Amino acid sequence: MSITIYIPGDAAALAMGADAVADAITAEAMQRNIKIDIVRNGSRGLFWLEPLVEVVTAQGRVAYGPVTKADVPELFAAKFLQGDKHALRLGDIETLPYLAKQQRVSLRRVGIVDPRSLSDYLAQGGGKGLARARKLAPAAIVQQVTDSGLRGRGGAAFPTGIKWKTVLDTTATQKYIVCNADEGDSGTFSDRMLMEGDPYCLLEGMAIAGLAVGANKGYIYVRSEYPHAIAALNAALKDAGDWLGDFSIEVRMGAGAYVCGEETALLESIEGRRGIVRSKPPLPAISGLFGQPTVINNVITFASVPDILAQGAAFYRDLGVGRSRGTLPFQLAGNIKFGGLVEIPFGATLRELLYDYGGGSRSGRPLRAVQVGGPLGAYLPESQFDTVLDYEAFAAVGAVLGHGGIVAFDDTVDMAKQARYAMQFCALESCGKCTPCRIGSTRGVEVIDRIRAGATEQIPLLRDLCDTMTYGSMCAMGGMTPYPVLSALNHFAEDFSAVKAPLPQAGEGLG
Amino acid sequence: MNTKLQPIFDTHKGKDGALLPILHDIQHALGYVPEEAVPLIAKQLNLSRAEVHGVITYYHHFRQTPPGKHVVQLCCAEACQANGSEALAAHAAKRLQGADVTLEPVYCLGLCSIGPAVLIGEDELHAHVTPQKFDALMNGLGVKK
Ligand SMILES: Cc1cc2nc3c(=O)[nH]c(=O)nc-3n(C[C@H](O)[C@H](O)[C@H](O)COP(=O)(O)O)c2cc1C
Ligand code: SF4
Ligand code: FES
Repeated sequence: MSITIYIPGDAAALAMGADAVADAITAEAMQRNIKIDIVRNGSRGLFWLEPLVEVVTAQGRVAYGPVTKADVPELFAAKFLQGDKHALRLGDIETLPYLAKQQRVSLRRVGIVDPRSLSDYLAQGGGKGLARARKLAPAAIVQQVTDSGLRGRGGAAFPTGIKWKTVLDTTATQKYIVCNADEGDSGTFSDRMLMEGDPYCLLEGMAIAGLAVGANKGYIYVRSEYPHAIAALNAALKDAGDWLGDFSIEVRMGAGAYVCGEETALLESIEGRRGIVRSKPPLPAISGLFGQPTVINNVITFASVPDILAQGAAFYRDLGVGRSRGTLPFQLAGNIKFGGLVEIPFGATLRELLYDYGGGSRSGRPLRAVQVGGPLGAYLPESQFDTVLDYEAFAAVGAVLGHGGIVAFDDTVDMAKQARYAMQFCALESCGKCTPCRIGSTRGVEVIDRIRAGATEQIPLLRDLCDTMTYGSMCAMGGMTPYPVLSALNHFAEDFSAVKAPLPQAGEGLG
Repeated sequence: MNTKLQPIFDTHKGKDGALLPILHDIQHALGYVPEEAVPLIAKQLNLSRAEVHGVITYYHHFRQTPPGKHVVQLCCAEACQANGSEALAAHAAKRLQGADVTLEPVYCLGLCSIGPAVLIGEDELHAHVTPQKFDALMNGLGVKK
């Protein structure tokens, strides 16, 4: 009998050297004449332990990590294939507090299931949502999603059931389901982990959406920076056979434009044009892809749906706080000791994430600022770390949860520089349709440069500019760039007062 | 050029919104999207040259000139900044002076807990890239100092 070994094929694990470990284990097993079966699973999301190798033994799955290829001969000598003792032995990974304290729903199979195997997916409880949906009327499926309280996980947190109902109520013969897998926010990787680690879950969620609104064609728009996710999705689709019925899905690759994560720019991009934001109305739900009614949702939104259908709306609605129902896969990133994926119900505090899970900074220095919700999200100072992780609680302090990315900075950060970066990123990624965003962001960089060179009297000008961008921009790219800028200015004013940098030369920018 | 592009056009025949998939395939095959390809793509998709050109130039991913022997993308987004990507970018620019390597910024590779992150070629990822590790990677590729 051969021994099953799980070695993640997740991009983060690969970046930490998982392929070399897999090769070394294969070679060593061959030399010792031991039959093994390697499964390239997703990542459990405890990245400091990657590459994390799990061996299926009589005691269950026994984990070792972080494993380097140099450790491999030693691991064999220590009989790790039987789950025996070794310095890297972690035992049952699910008993580690980091995982044991989580309540995974959308990503519960990631790291466990074989992402290349539909039969494993079904054996691990997948497919039940789709099977149930097939027995329900479209309106009843939509009702389940509405009752669950699920709100879009891409950032704007719009109620998913309402969006689906709008599309269901249209009479078009051709409708589309589009998955937004552009995941452009720095500090986020939950979409990537799901696509690489449990792709069938996304396909199932989209197929359920198709049944709910009467659409038979879906697109997944994945950013070009995610080649491994694209490969995992294409492999899953190839092996899906007739499991999805007459619902077909095509993967489309983005091309390095952050603004193509905005839903209408994304639709333009799929249609083969420049990713310029469309004016609304019409909503995509009425006139979306190729002018047809379109459901467009984030990866995690779709991935939450199978369980809502399988277990009933109440199970999901009973998790969370206030109007934030269910769970959010938070992503701990930046200067953090234990970075990774933490899926928990809404309601904990930012501080718990940063310290109880994250263990504070990686550098060992005090955490000073934390950006939540991507490049358009506010920076929170230590005094706001007790904010409850809930869409409304974050809005109340002038911040956003967005897609759940948490980027930690220690006390060496220069917040005026971070504000400059926010403006510069906006200038780089602006689609150019409206002036406050296109021109305002470039002016913003210049004003911040002058402030950093000592012209603090220009701070009111920066505030005015932010005002113009907030109220005059057509989409959140220009409209929310003021969040990081103003939060830096408001909470870290000292960084804007002392002369920090001489005026840069023309054309000088990021590396 | 035509003989190189025809198989790509054939693959995407009848596809709605085929322009981006075609451009990706061309860049994958040739390393960039040559100027001579533009009229052929335009003709194939019944678009104007200006439309095709507009799309190529809009997206950061598409290149209009041949890249160096290796393409190295450094993540310059916030989470990698928090882990020292700016110093790495400065170091990399120095190390690669005069080398046949295309060095580009990229805004997030989804490796934000283990930065600074680097992508070499189309799919080779590296985490925790310090200047020393960067040099080792470049030496491994045979990139001369
Ligand atoms: C500049 C910009 C970038 C965005 N990027 C993303 C993204 O990468 N992924 C995503 O799901 N939503 C993104 N959004 C939000 C989408 O416009 C849209 O709200 C979302 O796809 C809807 O799906 P949901 O309701 O499931 O969240 C972005 C919005 C803006 C303005
Ligand atoms: S705010 Fe910026 S990205 Fe959004 S439509 Fe206007 S120019 Fe385009
Ligand atoms: S910010 Fe660098 S990988 Fe995400």
